[in-house]
Amino acid sequence: MRSGGSTEEENGQHGGAYPQVSGPGAHRSAGHRTGSHASAAFYWAIGGVLTVITAVEVAIFYIPVLEPVLVPSLLLLSAGKFLLVVMFFMHLRFDSRIFSGVFLAGMVLAMFMSVALVVLYHVLPAYDFMG
Amino acid sequence: MSEATTAAKANSSVHEDAVGLWSWITTVDHKRIGIMYFLTSFFFLFVGGFEALLIRIQLMRPENAFISAETYNQMFTMHGTTMVFLVAMPMAVAFFNYLVPLQIGARDVAFPRLNALSYWIFLFGGLYLNSSFLFGAAPNTSWVGYANLTSLQFTPGRNVEFWIIGLSILGVSSILGGVNFITTIINLRAPGMKLMRMPLFSWMTLVTSFLLITALPVIAVALIILGFDRFFGANFFEVTAGGDPILWQHLFWLFGHPEVYILILPAFGIISDVIPTFSKKPLFGYPVVVYAGILIGFIGWGVWSHHMFTVGLGPIADSFFVASTMIIAIPTGIKIFNWLATMWGGALRFPTPMLFAVGLVAVFTVGGLSGVMHASAPVDLQQHDSYFVVAHFHYVLVGGALMGLFSGVYFWFPKVTGRMMNETIGKWHFWTTLIGFNLTFFPMHFSGLFGMPRRTWTYLAELNLETWNQLSTVGAFIFGAASLLLMWNLFYSWRKGEKASANPWGAATLEWSLPSPPRHYNFPALPTVRSREPLWDDTERQEVEAVTHAEPAEEPHMPSPSFWPVVLAFGVALTWILLMTHTWWMPLLGLALVAVAVFGWAFQPAYR
Amino acid sequence: MAHAAAIARDDHHYTSTGLSSWKVGFWTFIGSECLFFATLISTYMVYKGRSIVGPYPEEILDIPLTSISTFVLLMSSLAMVLALDGVQRGSRRLTLVWLGAVIVLGAAFLGFQVYEFNHFVHQGLTIGTNVFGSSFFVLTGFHGAHVAAGIIWMVTLWILGARNRLPATASLKVEIAGLYWHFVDVVWIVIFTLVYLIQ
Repeated sequence: MRSGGSTEEENGQHGGAYPQVSGPGAHRSAGHRTGSHASAAFYWAIGGVLTVITAVEVAIFYIPVLEPVLVPSLLLLSAGKFLLVVMFFMHLRFDSRIFSGVFLAGMVLAMFMSVALVVLYHVLPAYDFMG
Repeated sequence: MSEATTAAKANSSVHEDAVGLWSWITTVDHKRIGIMYFLTSFFFLFVGGFEALLIRIQLMRPENAFISAETYNQMFTMHGTTMVFLVAMPMAVAFFNYLVPLQIGARDVAFPRLNALSYWIFLFGGLYLNSSFLFGAAPNTSWVGYANLTSLQFTPGRNVEFWIIGLSILGVSSILGGVNFITTIINLRAPGMKLMRMPLFSWMTLVTSFLLITALPVIAVALIILGFDRFFGANFFEVTAGGDPILWQHLFWLFGHPEVYILILPAFGIISDVIPTFSKKPLFGYPVVVYAGILIGFIGWGVWSHHMFTVGLGPIADSFFVASTMIIAIPTGIKIFNWLATMWGGALRFPTPMLFAVGLVAVFTVGGLSGVMHASAPVDLQQHDSYFVVAHFHYVLVGGALMGLFSGVYFWFPKVTGRMMNETIGKWHFWTTLIGFNLTFFPMHFSGLFGMPRRTWTYLAELNLETWNQLSTVGAFIFGAASLLLMWNLFYSWRKGEKASANPWGAATLEWSLPSPPRHYNFPALPTVRSREPLWDDTERQEVEAVTHAEPAEEPHMPSPSFWPVVLAFGVALTWILLMTHTWWMPLLGLALVAVAVFGWAFQPAYR
Repeated sequence: MAHAAAIARDDHHYTSTGLSSWKVGFWTFIGSECLFFATLISTYMVYKGRSIVGPYPEEILDIPLTSISTFVLLMSSLAMVLALDGVQRGSRRLTLVWLGAVIVLGAAFLGFQVYEFNHFVHQGLTIGTNVFGSSFFVLTGFHGAHVAAGIIWMVTLWILGARNRLPATASLKVEIAGLYWHFVDVVWIVIFTLVYLIQ
């Protein structure tokens, strides 16, 4: 019986019912990898860490003596927030590698493109030794 | 549409899908959608071809005035835009649609309604783009639309608006399609169909789909910011405000170079299935061909500024792109050798699909050679914007992509229609294509090196370019006539072709284990696959056919037809088109229709 | 044989990986959206320092205010995972409370954005003023549009939840909406750093 308003199959793990699901990864890919199963408290903790990191970022912005390390430290801290949200809130840490794969395919190219354009516009012109 | 209806009637099984126009408008069956993609793109092939012939007539003589300069600009712009976005891409998608589920052992794609949506968006986008002719305002700034020629200041009028809006609409179709096929290939393979057992065509579909979902968003943004400049007074390409027209070139080619691999990889995939079939030998070095395809897709992201060697990026940037462009020739070359090695020592036969496949190998190689010449920046300084480039890309796109698609047409026509194409007409089609094509484009290597620039309406007699141009024009008409032969062959064979069995070519892969044409549910039950060539091993073939030739115990539960895709497609197109009112709030009406359609779709069960 | 018949009849549930096609498709779409936002962000970064007339970023960007709105959006992501947790536990109350929080916090974020846009326009920064205005408004505008679409999605889910149509078996719907929401948040993390903090 298809449920009324629901347009699609229910949650993820039907293939696991069929032994013919192929491949050694089948066990793992049929849902969660081994790892701590998050509780609400865990999510609150991550939320707390995200808040703290944001506060630190703002502090670095305002503390003049930290200006030389502003860019690298902000990049690192925001990368940390990014990873926390993606790995834990979006559950990528515990889910099948396939999800990470399709996400990273886009993410890696996105980062490459951004770095390339910044280098082409803001770094290379300083080295125009033929100029 | 009556063609399509009759094709539906040819599908005879007890619980058949409905016939009639409405059943095609609401279809979510990948096979029907594939047929619609093919017929639409085939129509646009002749539209683009007609535009090419007008160009060729204009260039036949120096200082000709067959068409005006403005019309000429519209012709070369629309010829390129049509051939890339309305022919080559959707024709490949036609093949993805029809074949991938059959090759991997699935009943349909992962998201059948999304699949239909992609088709209708494509159709509306293509019609919209061509409707510009009715207003005398067809796009006229070439298929690459460089800034700031495309700004309001330098090209006022509606031409660029049609281009921005048309391509934006089409881009949505491609991205959604890419998501659909990636999910299908990852998630709906039959038992035993490991990724490294998939037919090469399905593999290339997977790589191409990743390129689609990553490259199209880049041009989407480029078009958006150009649109903001034109519609809302932004400064992205306004030099006086600090904008940089070169940024357009970066963004366009960041899309544009992966785009050419989107155009060629499906053709490579097709011939990687065709050549082994007619060599009666498995593809030589299957894993290498797969990895080469993946590498091409990946490295293809790192070469874009080889289209910009004359911009003045500086020696460091130029050197990087020279190196990356030369490197990408390697995996491409590897594939050529793998195809040749497959044929070596095989029991070769040359029906028309094989003629086109081998033709691709030869002709694409010529195009690849001129490409490697372009890769050297100093050499490219002479070749850039000359007809030498026109020669190069037509060799790889027509000799490569189009011939590969033609090979696929002849190869899979029996599976789709249940009839064989006529071999005599096919051979005539092949040889006139080969002669006409080479006569058109080979002289362009010379006219280009002797100084004929691209995209210019005419040339002076004292440049001595007339002979080369005349050769090209004659060749173009021969090529056009050859394409008419294909149209005739398709129609004639569909009506009167010899009936085809399930596997008339003795091929190896799963789609050939199904009747020609397959029943609407494809597989009565999912077969288990044990090798790359399931039908070439007697035991395995018998196991597979025991499953695929059986009658299902009960009617398989298939996704239900739906009209929401065509409604949503209309809403998407409308939203963009309403930008032409130059108000910010009219597009919101389009968005309202989009919202209605999205909700209707979301609350309609896929299976009813 | 019976097994094969089971596959035959019900095979629209069959998958080669055991994963939900919806989830695979949505993560793929997120991969695609990475490119969309990266292009907008790259455009902004390319044009940094190239505006010929002001207002310039350092004169007009309000870090304290945006820090608060960033915090609000981060907390909406927390609310989102708690909403999913509520659905997975079959608690209608938790689901509605936390989905409601997502909506309120998301709307608050949008409120901050609208205020900021208005404020900038009054200070003389519009989309046509300079390349900073163009790239800033288009980038943050598209991000805001994504937040708005997300809010509509969450409201729809909230209504479903209120009508008792979000049992634990429907948690995939909320999970996917969550993926979208978190992604939009993550994009903001990048924007906050590259546009506001690193000038």
